Amino acid sequence: MSQHAQKAAEFITNQERMKWHDESLWFVRTKRDKATHGIPEWEQLRELGSQIKNHTLSNLDQYLEEFEKNALQNGVQVHWAANAAEHNRIVHEILARQEVQRIVKSKSMLTEECGLNEFLTEKGIEVVDTDLGERIIQLREEPPSHIVMPAIHLKKEEIGELFHQKLNTEKGASDPKYLTESARQHLREKFLSAQAALTGVNFAIAETGGVVVCTNEGNADMGVHLCPVQIHSMGIEKVLPKAEHLGVFTRLLARSATGQPITIFTSHYHRPKPEGEMHIIIVDNGRTAQLGREDFRNSLKCIRCGACMNTCPIYRRSGGHSYGYTVPGPIGSILTPGIDLKKYSDLPFASTLCGSCSDVCPVKINIHEQLYRWRQIISEEGHLPSSKKQGMRIAARVLSKSTTYKFGGKMARWALRAFPRFFIYNRLNVWGKNRELPEAPKQSFQEWYQKNRKEP
Amino acid sequence: MVSKKQERAMSKESILNAIRKVKPEKVELPEIPDFHRESSGTLADFIKTVEGVGSKVVLEKELKDINQAVQNLFPAATIIASPLEKVQSTIDLKKIQSPHELEKVDVAVLKAQLGVAENGALWLSEQDLGIRVLPFITQHLIILLDSTTLVNTMHEAYQKIRIDEAGFGLFIAGPSKTADIEQSLVIGAQGARSLTIFIKPSESN
Ligand code: SF4
Repeated sequence: MSQHAQKAAEFITNQERMKWHDESLWFVRTKRDKATHGIPEWEQLRELGSQIKNHTLSNLDQYLEEFEKNALQNGVQVHWAANAAEHNRIVHEILARQEVQRIVKSKSMLTEECGLNEFLTEKGIEVVDTDLGERIIQLREEPPSHIVMPAIHLKKEEIGELFHQKLNTEKGASDPKYLTESARQHLREKFLSAQAALTGVNFAIAETGGVVVCTNEGNADMGVHLCPVQIHSMGIEKVLPKAEHLGVFTRLLARSATGQPITIFTSHYHRPKPEGEMHIIIVDNGRTAQLGREDFRNSLKCIRCGACMNTCPIYRRSGGHSYGYTVPGPIGSILTPGIDLKKYSDLPFASTLCGSCSDVCPVKINIHEQLYRWRQIISEEGHLPSSKKQGMRIAARVLSKSTTYKFGGKMARWALRAFPRFFIYNRLNVWGKNRELPEAPKQSFQEWYQKNRKEP
Repeated sequence: MVSKKQERAMSKESILNAIRKVKPEKVELPEIPDFHRESSGTLADFIKTVEGVGSKVVLEKELKDINQAVQNLFPAATIIASPLEKVQSTIDLKKIQSPHELEKVDVAVLKAQLGVAENGALWLSEQDLGIRVLPFITQHLIILLDSTTLVNTMHEAYQKIRIDEAGFGLFIAGPSKTADIEQSLVIGAQGARSLTIFIKPSESN
């Protein structure tokens, strides 16, 4: 079995939990739908978002240079990092110069990708994640399972037990309000005693040389404004040409992510605070390579809203940890093969290709098409997971002959109606796991069409 | 040996060169059309939205005296901070040396430059805050809004404001909140526990 399939199999052994996970995410998806239906120009906004990103990627070098120039003028120190190691080194140098012993961080998938926490911890610096979900998984010493809701895989009782052990909350207490309040007290103390704050970046504006960070908890700002040193780490793809483009993206982001009309805080940082230091680190770490892959470059348009995860039938039923990468779900499955084709060769198969991800994506990334394209490449390069090989061989034979295809279809429709469920959901048929098949129609579309077609 | 500084410059050049080599053919920048909608009902829309995310609204005609109103809302508050002259602060923000001194603030009173009807967001920049951390570190937040400043959408908002007019500026759209534990909404995460908006109606109202 491939890695993803194996971990997913573990996840679904607890049926009740899987159902709960599935429903939690579907709930977020329905909130997203409701929020978008209130905006008559929603589809136009998605198209704009997509085009602005396409334009920016086609001039990325110029916009980055313009961004740097304006940021420097604002008194910001700008750094460039070709890869994760260089990024981590730069952060450490900034901290070492100021003899920082504790750093507070807000959510940043980029620093997860770079393994910054482990790196700094090894150097003896205390790193505190301050988004509640991130703090929970940090205390549990595990990676996030979702990019917007990092602890979505956990039950409140588990968090209660964790807090009891780590934060001394009452034994057995699991009320979210009580737990959140305890975390608030715990984190306040951390904010007040940290010397540096690090945030991710949602958008960087070339025209003004500033960065924009969106949060609901206010944790990014608590850190940034209390600490003398502020650091913002961004991938090269985060830049936008002008301030007016924020109008499009702030309308798209939160509605797609959680169904909110906008995040509670949308913070625009342009200059260091009085007597403070402000750093921006611009990171490549494989992004220029992705830009060079024509079929996959538009994955760089991603604004990390998480909508494709919430809607994905596989993600919802297999959990974020089954993907084995910082960014899970459909978008993760098209980013990872570019990082290590062999290691992640099973991820593009962790999909039904239903296309729901592409339908909800606020910047119109053709996710399911890219998944399919990766499958082709993986198969050409001989990295196909073994469980897929046999079926593919048969499929190739059947699909190449239209008569066998038609006959096979007839047989399958008959089989779906005639055989008991066990036959389809047996252990040999891995596809049947946690999938209910639709009721089979008596006719194929072709047959129906033939019969119902009116003669011209 | 190359110094760290030279190495950095090399990273910059190598990243930019890599982009130049592979970037796609030029795509035109689209125009953002005018999404301006009928402005009638803007205030009603705004109130509906902010109440929907857990903020409170007080129409200013219902309160005679702002300091009295603050007192009525938060009778137990001992430290009140505001950069506004008409508000009786218990601390002088101009004399603050370090943001840590605001640790015990109970209520902060600020004034927004504009409000956005579609999502309830309020724009404030550094000079409206006095000290950057104030709207976050305070336990409770009150923001004054002149309803004549309301705009319909974020597009209009970004036309009106200048995001770099100060070193820091932000949209606030409610009290700090989280749903990180089993998707249950909890108000009062790391920032202010409540947001009350005092709205001054336009002259015509
Ligand atoms: S790929 Fe699209 S839907 Fe998925 S996280 Fe990125 S922007 Fe959101």
